[in-house]
Amino acid sequence: MSIAEPADIRDTHPGQGTPLIEMRDISIAFGGIKAVDGASIDLMPGEVVGLLGHNGAGKSTLIKILSGAYRADSGTILVNGEEAAIASPRDAKRHGIETIYQTLALADNVDAAANIFLGRELLTGWGTLDDASMESETRKVMGRLNPHFRRFKEPVKALSGGQRQSVAIARAIYFNARALIMDEPTAALGPAETRQVAELILQLKKQGIGIFLISHDLHDVFDLADRITVMKNGRVVGTARTADVTQDEVLGMIISGKCPPAAVAGPGALRGA
Amino acid sequence: MTEVTPAPASPAQERRSLSDHLREIEFDPRMIGMVAALAVIWLGFNWLSDGAFLSARNLWNLLVQTASIAVMACGMVLVIVTRNIDLSVGSMLGFVGMVVGLVQVRLLPGVWGFEHPATWLVSLALAIGLGGLVGLMQGALIAYLAIPSFIVTLGGLLVWRGAAWWVTQGQTIAPMDSRFRPLGGGVDGAIGSTASWAIGVALCIAICGAAALIRRRRKRFGFVLRPLWAEILIAALGCGAVIATVMMANAYALPAGIARRLVEAKGGTWPEGGLFISHGLAVPVLVALAVGIAMTFLAKRLRFGRYVFAIGGNPEAAQLSGVNTRKVLMLVFGLMGALVGISACISTARLNAATNSAGMLDELYVIAAAVIGGTSLAGGVGTIAGAMLGALVMQSLQSGMVLIGVDAPLQNIVVGIVLVVAVWLDGVYRKRLS
Repeated sequence: MSIAEPADIRDTHPGQGTPLIEMRDISIAFGGIKAVDGASIDLMPGEVVGLLGHNGAGKSTLIKILSGAYRADSGTILVNGEEAAIASPRDAKRHGIETIYQTLALADNVDAAANIFLGRELLTGWGTLDDASMESETRKVMGRLNPHFRRFKEPVKALSGGQRQSVAIARAIYFNARALIMDEPTAALGPAETRQVAELILQLKKQGIGIFLISHDLHDVFDLADRITVMKNGRVVGTARTADVTQDEVLGMIISGKCPPAAVAGPGALRGA
Repeated sequence: MTEVTPAPASPAQERRSLSDHLREIEFDPRMIGMVAALAVIWLGFNWLSDGAFLSARNLWNLLVQTASIAVMACGMVLVIVTRNIDLSVGSMLGFVGMVVGLVQVRLLPGVWGFEHPATWLVSLALAIGLGGLVGLMQGALIAYLAIPSFIVTLGGLLVWRGAAWWVTQGQTIAPMDSRFRPLGGGVDGAIGSTASWAIGVALCIAICGAAALIRRRRKRFGFVLRPLWAEILIAALGCGAVIATVMMANAYALPAGIARRLVEAKGGTWPEGGLFISHGLAVPVLVALAVGIAMTFLAKRLRFGRYVFAIGGNPEAAQLSGVNTRKVLMLVFGLMGALVGISACISTARLNAATNSAGMLDELYVIAAAVIGGTSLAGGVGTIAGAMLGALVMQSLQSGMVLIGVDAPLQNIVVGIVLVVAVWLDGVYRKRLS
């Protein structure tokens, strides 16, 4: 089995230059099962890359390695062309990589401000929590995302699904992220809120933020992503520019691992297809 | 985002109940429930005991008896908030108390003689250090080896009780140093009326000052402010409680014989008709108060406390946010141990002896105090003030039953039933709230 040359992938780039994020030949196994097996993906500034695949294809695991939740058994991660050691969520954040988890990962018993600043609290000169400043900043960033949000003092448990989503997004974008990982960001949302998230993605893209978008929903991904990478059984089937492939072709990649001609085949592509 | 569809107002925003209003002024309705329950217990016992319960003497002793459990309950809140439990605190208290007794009565006098002015301080520091160390050790097993806290501290319950016996092969050690004894209260452990008033006034100033400071800060950021009447009411209630406590402590006179000795020791003459000398606030009560304030500060104003609550709400989220959850967990148990050290000093000093059975069943009273005080065993929810009030409720029940002459077995039955009913009522309330 050959491993996709990074040069092959670069052919599909919308522009030139150093990728913002590059994951090379990443593998991780849990109890003998290879959840991710020699996967390579990359992301340019201001680009949206859709990561597709069935449940258990390894996309969430791959992304959790980038966000520091898991440590890869082998492989390298490059940020702006330089090798980055990401061993914890803190490391990932230090490199400007923020994640919106599928589960949202909110502490339900504390308020929006405490969640947004969790692990990165603003402090007063005395070293105590500066709740007033944090609330003030929270009002600003939430005002941008969800202008109707008023329940700043309540534990996030009391909020609606969309409001909770806003809090999770606010936490990711407040700290000037360079790269954003969105794991099923619209799974729990209604149509109006889903549209809001789509608008947000376009807006962040304009600011030069790179986004990995993990989704089950082919339509979402086709609307928003510049490129698509498909995974199957822990391996990359292939990567293609969204404009060069049809939804049926991508569906074929997801279901049977058949790589269409317009896509660059990865190690997981069906041989002889 | 420029174009946003207005979300329909949620029903909770339209319906405004009493609890919404209370939340608006940031007053926990459950705290009011606790105070009301305490008032009912006090008034009930006062009626049953023909006024003996609400006498200065009884209340003063009630507070002293509450101190040891209240101190440990502060730590137990944080332990339970992180979804853990510590069953070993009673045994740890026995063990730490024995070691402190041994060092104070048998070891230090050999170094610098009896009644050395530093003995009490060394004893206290040793107790806090040893308790903290034991707690950290158990915390490390729980956090880093992922052994359930129930098991680790159940083991600790047996280990430390055994160790307490081992220290002197079961011998009781007495008497304690005279500068150490005030930690347990009693006549020597009362600070007198003038100092009590000074502390009371200082506390009132602190309460009002803190309220004003917070209000000014919120105003500067342009946040919604509490109505001024609510602000004043809360500050007034706080100051009122402080002043009432000081007046109560000052209304409790020293026994005539001791007062007389005190006067004569200062070179005065004992007047014919006797003299009213106040006890004033008790040292263990002040210690418990200081611990409560420090722990509230830690829980609400420091990063550490924020992490403790976040871990309780969602351990995975805390970890993904970059919180070192294991370290925090270990430190929570270390802190619990250090507070057990303080309680060990209070109860050893009160008893004026170190015995290997000290602290027996304390773990259950401490857990009960925290739970009655609104700490949720599911984690993430609890307040220091609630737990201390819970300790006072428990002690009030026990003291009250002793006062009206309830049989000892029946006392346990009542306390047990009250615990279960309190947790049930709290659950009902919580369900209605959400």
